[in-house]
Parts: sequence; C-alpha cells; structure tokens
Amino acid sequence: MTITTTDEGSSPLPFGLLREHGDGPASKRIVVAYGFWIFILSDMVMFSALFAAYAVLSGNSAGGPTAPELFNLHNVFIETMCLLLSSYTCGLGVLSAERRQLMPFFVFTAFTFLLGSAFLIIEAREFAGMIEKGAGPARSAFLSSFFTLVGTHGAHVTAGLIALVYLVVQVIVKGLQAAVLRRLLCWSLFWHALDIVWVGVFTLVYLMGASH
Amino acid sequence: MSADHEQTFDRTPGVEERESTASYLSYSVGLALAVVATGASFIVSQTGLLWGPGIPVGLIVLALAQIGVHLVFFLHLGSGSDSTNNILALAFGVLIVFLVIAGSVWIIANLNSNMMPS
Repeated sequence: MTITTTDEGSSPLPFGLLREHGDGPASKRIVVAYGFWIFILSDMVMFSALFAAYAVLSGNSAGGPTAPELFNLHNVFIETMCLLLSSYTCGLGVLSAERRQLMPFFVFTAFTFLLGSAFLIIEAREFAGMIEKGAGPARSAFLSSFFTLVGTHGAHVTAGLIALVYLVVQVIVKGLQAAVLRRLLCWSLFWHALDIVWVGVFTLVYLMGASH
Repeated sequence: MSADHEQTFDRTPGVEERESTASYLSYSVGLALAVVATGASFIVSQTGLLWGPGIPVGLIVLALAQIGVHLVFFLHLGSGSDSTNNILALAFGVLIVFLVIAGSVWIIANLNSNMMPS
C-alpha cells in the first residue's frame, strides 16, 4: 500500500522534488539538503546586506585609520588558507562518514575543528589589535561596517564549530545512522557556504581595501 | 504504516549506489583550483601584474571563479536532475544578492555625488 500511494498524484512532496526519470520521489537525503540549501541562501541574502553596507561605508573613515593602514594581508592569507583547508577536510570527513569509515571521519573532523579554531584565533587577535590601536567599531562608519561584516562571519564560524562538536558527540553516541548522516551533510553545506562568504570578504574587504 | 512510509522515502530504489557523487579526487581538485585562485588574488592585489584600475575587476573575476569552484567541487552542484531545484534556488539567491549590493552601491553613489561640497 505504501508503495502504490507514492506512485502518482498523492505524493506528499511538491511536484518539483519528484525525479524526472520516474524512479519515485527524491530520497529524504536530497529533500533535507534542499531545505537546508534554502536556509543557506537566506543567510547569503543577509550577508549581502552587510556587504552592501560595507561597500557603501568603506570610504567614510571620519579622519580615523583607513583600510591600508589597518589590514595585515599576511594574516589574512593564513586565515584564508585555514578556512579553505578546513572546508576540504570537512568534505573528506563527511565522505568518510558516508562510507562508514569511522576513524578517518574523526581524523578529518579533528583537522576541520583545529583549522576553524586557528582561523577564529587569528581573527580575534586582529580585532583585539585594532581595538587597542583605537580603531574599534565606534571609531568610524567604515570600522562599524567592517566589524559587523567580518564579525558576523566569525560568529557563524563559531556557531559552526559548536555544531561540529555536537555532531561528533551524536556520531559517538548514536553511530552513523541515516539521520546523523543527514545532519552531517547539512553541516558540511553550512561550512562550505561560510568559505564562500569568506571569499567575498577577503576579496572585497581586505584585498580591495589594501590595494587602494 | 508510518514507519513503513518513512522507509519508502528513506530508501528509494537505486538511491544507495549514487548516494554520494563525491570522491576524494573531486575534493582535491577543488582544493587545488581554490588555492590557485586565492594565490592569484593575493598576487594580483599586491603586484603591478595588472594595470592599476583593472585590479578590482581582476579580483572580482577571480572571486567569482573561486565561488564557482566551491559550488561545483565542494557543494556538488552539478548538472544532475537532483540538483535542478538547488540550482534554481541558487539563481534566485544570486539575483537578490546582486540587487541588494549593486542597488545599494548605485543609489548611495548617486546621493553622494549630489551632496553639497562641504
């Protein structure tokens, strides 16, 4: 009965999520990833507002320090590499989990966590150094928008690391069951998306700011 | 019945084999391309390789290329029928992002040029 009802007409899934080549509705894995993808895109729309604010305000330094004086591209390059490599190990970790290889999963996930933490530490030290130099978020419109944009990205990375710990605990306690694998898949989408946002940040904020 | 029903959606026939289109190789290719794009961005911004006024354009092109690499190799947006919906949603997201950023920059630049000189 359950099979005949899903054949035509009465599927609980929207029409667009049905496979075109007729082997039934899309798997739960694909539907869940689609829903999470919508969330990620809405997050991107939020980031676009912060990018727009930065693009508009980046010249308004109110007589205070400007972008070329503040940004250390050496640190930014290390940050970028940390995040890129953590994205890579995150992908490999989820792949190992899907192949039921527990040990590689833990190793790759540990690397992901360490590289993500390294990114956050470098960013926190950069922020602390800027505030020490009197270039805090209250100094100028440029710095307000800078701290809001880069800080929101950093907050996302922090949330991602916390979620990663939570998911590793789930893998240990519940094992690699389907629901946990789907959560891992969604988490990896989130992490890769953060890397995409960072591409925008280091290009628009740091490289364009420093090359003026 | 509800457990059975759940099962039907969780294990559609034929899904198991193509559960993951990814491989270590595709991630490694993606990483290599992303590293090249990142390195090129930093080099372009720090050297006179490009004509000065062309640097922002070069940086934006490199960033878009890298975002494409991320989407294809890390997020696995491909031409398969499974990612059609994801790509449609992405296209809509890109439209909104473009409208918000380009619209804000355009409007504020206009307002700035209409300001009285101080």
